[in-house]
Amino acid sequence: MDITQLLFIFTLAAFLGLELIAKVPSQLHTPLMSGSNAISGITIVGALLAVTNGEGQAIHIIGFIAVVLATVNVVGGYVVTDRMLAMFKKKGDK
Amino acid sequence: MNALLSSTNAIAAMSGIFGLNIKLIDIAYIVSSIFFIFGIKMLGKADTARRGNMVSSIGMLIAVVATLLYSGLDYTWIIAGIIIGAAIGVVAAKMVKMTSMPELVALFNGFGGLASLLVGWAEYERIKGFGWEGYLAHTQGEFYFSNIVIWLTLWIGGITFTGSILAYLKLSAKISGSAICFKGQKAFNALLALAMVAALVAMCMLPLETAYPVMIAVIALALLLGIFGVLPIGGGDMPVVISLLNSFSGLAAAAAGFTIANTVLIVSGCLVGASGFILTIIMCKAMNRTLANVLFSGFGATDEGSAKVEGEMKAASIEDAYYVLEAARSVVIIPGYGMAVAQAQHAVKELGTMLEANGAEVRYAIHPVAGRMPGHMNVLLAEADVPYEQLAEMDSVNPMMEMVDVALVIGANDVVNPAAVEDPGCPIYGMPIIEAYKARTVFALKRGKGAGFSGLVNKLYFLEKTRMLYGDAKATVSELAGMFKDK
Repeated sequence: MDITQLLFIFTLAAFLGLELIAKVPSQLHTPLMSGSNAISGITIVGALLAVTNGEGQAIHIIGFIAVVLATVNVVGGYVVTDRMLAMFKKKGDK
Repeated sequence: MNALLSSTNAIAAMSGIFGLNIKLIDIAYIVSSIFFIFGIKMLGKADTARRGNMVSSIGMLIAVVATLLYSGLDYTWIIAGIIIGAAIGVVAAKMVKMTSMPELVALFNGFGGLASLLVGWAEYERIKGFGWEGYLAHTQGEFYFSNIVIWLTLWIGGITFTGSILAYLKLSAKISGSAICFKGQKAFNALLALAMVAALVAMCMLPLETAYPVMIAVIALALLLGIFGVLPIGGGDMPVVISLLNSFSGLAAAAAGFTIANTVLIVSGCLVGASGFILTIIMCKAMNRTLANVLFSGFGATDEGSAKVEGEMKAASIEDAYYVLEAARSVVIIPGYGMAVAQAQHAVKELGTMLEANGAEVRYAIHPVAGRMPGHMNVLLAEADVPYEQLAEMDSVNPMMEMVDVALVIGANDVVNPAAVEDPGCPIYGMPIIEAYKARTVFALKRGKGAGFSGLVNKLYFLEKTRMLYGDAKATVSELAGMFKDK
């Protein structure tokens, strides 16, 4: 894809992100952080694309390690965020 | 619009299967981005937060499944990697104590950064395999752009990794939490950064065989920068550092997205970068300091703030505290990092319930930077089932502080230090605090007599109305609660 298009997407996403998160109550700061942390594990997509057949040993190994690390980030991040938010939720139900 | 939909990807180009499959994958990426956007939006509101997290995880699932549709992937290793990673992630996330949450978030964050770094590295291996000409022809890429974004990916990813690991070590007290400075540190870091820029130039100028070791050097430099960047930052500033590293992990993913020309990486990485950035700014504002000041001042490593304080700290027995609390009609509990260290949140909640049963009005005043990550105290008190209505933010609790009978400071230090209001010479002057010193009586729970994490003397402890309760916060609070029970 054209480089300027990628930069365009990036710029729009940055403004969107700033708008989305501008007003978050402080009790949600930790879940927001660990939840967005899980999203940053999206790099797993890049990692998956490195674990290919026939591109040489080096890429394969690097990609595999990246998949493991990114999966820890993604799965761990979502589970721990859910655990936290479950505690918050109890209050509302009472 | 069509141009937007048809992303070119190295693998897609190499495997030569343009057409429906690739379009399908790109559309799935758009759907996944929408899930992320809604997920983050919902995460920002208390009643939808949990569903928001779910929505965002579905977005992630869509992105992963779509990616697996690319041909040429080695599924055996991919599945093995995912199983191993998921097992580690689930176990860590389920086992961790709520008090250790900042460490775990830092650790996960570091893994994400390292993964992005590896994505950049793998792409460079790919370039090495194809040669620049072949690679650029396949990806319709641009030489300088590719070099810059790979360099950025390695740089940001590396800093995120070692920076987070160092934050983890500091938070879990495996190394000293205070700021560690050495002579010429700033010059050393500046030198590292300069070397980094020089390496980029070299990567662009040198032939591929000689540029490859330079790329490896960039990785090494990035890892060093992460270590030496976080080393001089003290434990009390960790909420800022963790937010910033969180932002970096997103930016690293976005940079990796540029490297492999993948839109979903760019969009979601950028969203995370923005959210981390906002949290960073909020945390800095809560301390009335600039980001540059937090990062480069080596705060707390010097003893400039330990001005002479008149008076002495007066200790009180738990019985004394009990009698005062027993008579109190309104109590404000101010928790800090000490409560997390002592894991006293359940005991604190029990005491709070006892005080209420005794007819007192109980509130928990939470400073934005209390603890070691944004919202740290909220998480702990939520774990202990403290009703949400009893949690008060700094701005709402300060105006009524003068009517409060007892301010119970549990392991908080700088966030209640009146020097921030009174003493222009004090390093934290200007930082908004919870004005515990205005309460009629103050009880401060503290492990020992030393200065806090920041190394500052807390004037609150020397006030006439303040009494110190030394010892383990959990033991002290439990004992107090027990006395109410036995009454």
